[in-house]
Amino acid sequence: MKDFETPRLSRRSVLKGAAATVTAAGASTLGAPMIWAQNIKDVTLRQFGTGVSNLNEVADKVKEDLGFTLEMTALDSDAVTQRAATQPDSFDIADIEYWICKKVWPTGNLQAMDTSKIKNYDKIVGIFRDGKLTPDSTIAQGTAPHSVGFVDGPDGKAFVDNESGWMTLIPTIYNADTLGIRPDLIGRPIESWTELLNPEFAGKASILDISSIGIMDAAMVCEAMGEVQYGDKGNMTKEEIDKTMAIFTEAKKSGQFRAFWKTFDESVNLMASGEVVIQSMWSPAITAVKSRGIPCVYQPLKEGYRSWGGGIGLSKSLSGLELDAAYEYINWYLDGWVGGFLMRQGYYSAVPETSKNFMSENEWGYWFEGKEATDVITSPFGDPLAQAGETRDGGSFHDRMGAVACWNAVMDENQYMVRKWNEFIAA
Amino acid sequence: MRKILRNNHLSGWLLAAPLSLVLLCFLVLPIVMIVVVSFWGATEFSIYPAFQFDNYQFLFGSPVTYSVFLNTFKYAAITWVFTLLIGFTVAYFLAFHVRSLTWQIALFLLCTIPFWTSNIIRMISWIPFLGRNGLANSTLISWGVIDAPVEWLLFSDFSVILAFVHLYTLFMVVPIFNTMMRIDRSLIEAAYDNGASGFQTLTNVIIPLAKPGIMIGSIFVVTLVMGDFITVRFMSGSQSANVGRLISNDIALLQYPSAAATAVVLLATVLLIIAVLLRFVDIRKEL
Repeated sequence: MKDFETPRLSRRSVLKGAAATVTAAGASTLGAPMIWAQNIKDVTLRQFGTGVSNLNEVADKVKEDLGFTLEMTALDSDAVTQRAATQPDSFDIADIEYWICKKVWPTGNLQAMDTSKIKNYDKIVGIFRDGKLTPDSTIAQGTAPHSVGFVDGPDGKAFVDNESGWMTLIPTIYNADTLGIRPDLIGRPIESWTELLNPEFAGKASILDISSIGIMDAAMVCEAMGEVQYGDKGNMTKEEIDKTMAIFTEAKKSGQFRAFWKTFDESVNLMASGEVVIQSMWSPAITAVKSRGIPCVYQPLKEGYRSWGGGIGLSKSLSGLELDAAYEYINWYLDGWVGGFLMRQGYYSAVPETSKNFMSENEWGYWFEGKEATDVITSPFGDPLAQAGETRDGGSFHDRMGAVACWNAVMDENQYMVRKWNEFIAA
Repeated sequence: MRKILRNNHLSGWLLAAPLSLVLLCFLVLPIVMIVVVSFWGATEFSIYPAFQFDNYQFLFGSPVTYSVFLNTFKYAAITWVFTLLIGFTVAYFLAFHVRSLTWQIALFLLCTIPFWTSNIIRMISWIPFLGRNGLANSTLISWGVIDAPVEWLLFSDFSVILAFVHLYTLFMVVPIFNTMMRIDRSLIEAAYDNGASGFQTLTNVIIPLAKPGIMIGSIFVVTLVMGDFITVRFMSGSQSANVGRLISNDIALLQYPSAAATAVVLLATVLLIIAVLLRFVDIRKEL
């Protein structure tokens, strides 16, 4: 597909070109002329990623809107990393988190995307382009998406710190995480990460037992307590890891934690049963607790949020018609339907303004602008999530994403950290 | 041809061949593979063939390994004591107090009913029962036994061992019941006739004769507890570790060689325990 490497081609002409090339290719092998609109239906793209955005609803809608087939495989983040790194031919589209991208990109299994083919590129939120939500925002610690978002060319191996026109991942979904609390059992305002280790909640606190994320939550707590000062919480030194784990091991031994959780369901059950009143939690888990009629708040804290983001990347082996279909898919992804679908579950989309077209004014006000709901807010699956008059925990998009203290990250001392984490669990 | 088949030596080999092949393919080869991989190296997302002792060096050099193995032995020993006491009592009752064979079979089947559901469901169903606001605590409070909920009922060593005993007692009951049923009743009558008390009969006649069953049950329980990881994870709320959890953590982080090394050490330990147990009873002779 050498023809298409010249930039500044309009999408239309690219598609025409693709059709022509494929027709030519098809003619040589099949002996019959074909046109684009028909043979794109035969394309099957294999996408894999973590469960959050690998939704069958998306695959169904792709079939309906674009005509081709999208096969979805949901795996946990360790398996996703391994597959992206070791089996480049087993997928066409990788739906991965930015910190996984940092690990996987150097293997050369993904190809950079030409931003001139992305219709809504200019509307993508600043976090994913220059790293800044607004021109005067400061960039948070950890693996900030823009820092691994661009490379120096179509075959670039090195990340660059400017918008080079070659993107590694097209951002799809992101959110800001914090602690979840049971306001009815705590009965007083919670404002800081330090409360996780407050002896008041001895035997009623929990943290997640996934080392790469758990260590970040632990670091947020230690920093808020003033016990440890970090150069970069997303890339700690051995000494910082030791100090952090020492504080948490001591807390564990004195019975601060009721349990640790590893799966989504465990976190929901711990909170809903009242075994735990304060713990690290994910946004949909809060929703699940609430939908059982139990009060649960995703508490904004003064030190800020721990944030994460995911995006879709293209396999190196993708070319020809499949590659064009993949670009079609990406453009469709940013066109608003998926964004609306994800935002109505409490996540954010990379191009919020297109998502707005697929949300009611009430939904947009509640989820994005942090306004009071004027009517019942329901999830895309029909569960009521909020009543009229309620507002979203943490407020508007800018309040929440503007207060990110740290991005999920992979550290240089990752293996050391994992060992120390295992010691903490076994202590 | 007939001559060849009549050759005892050869037909013996042929008869043993199918089972040997099955065991070779599905038992010996996988274990050999695990041993081989335990010497390999790993990066963050791949493993590469090598012959190095790094995995073992790290395993034996880390204080965590020793404390985790100690914890595993602790679970195995305590569970063994409880399953033995309960299992022996149940088997004794079934074998010697229930007279009719119909009732023996009926009651024995009753013991197996909980096993119609999965292992994990039986274990997890303890969680709402033992929880802070669970059935056990609310009952105790309403009886006035305690004023505030007891915390150590759930997510503690107590709950782990409770689940183990619940899950594995039947593995003790079955073999002990089996050997007890084979005891010749006239031996017991003879003991009574000679003036032995009930307790003396138990210690001098029944226990020695039930030894093979006790030993087989012990091997079941000890190997099951030593190799478990899911019970410990759920019932301790991930707060305690045993060797199985070390291995499962390594696998989750794609550190297969390190997991293999831990598995090899665990396997050696369990085999050693079984060898010691077999010193006490010659199962082959007793069966």
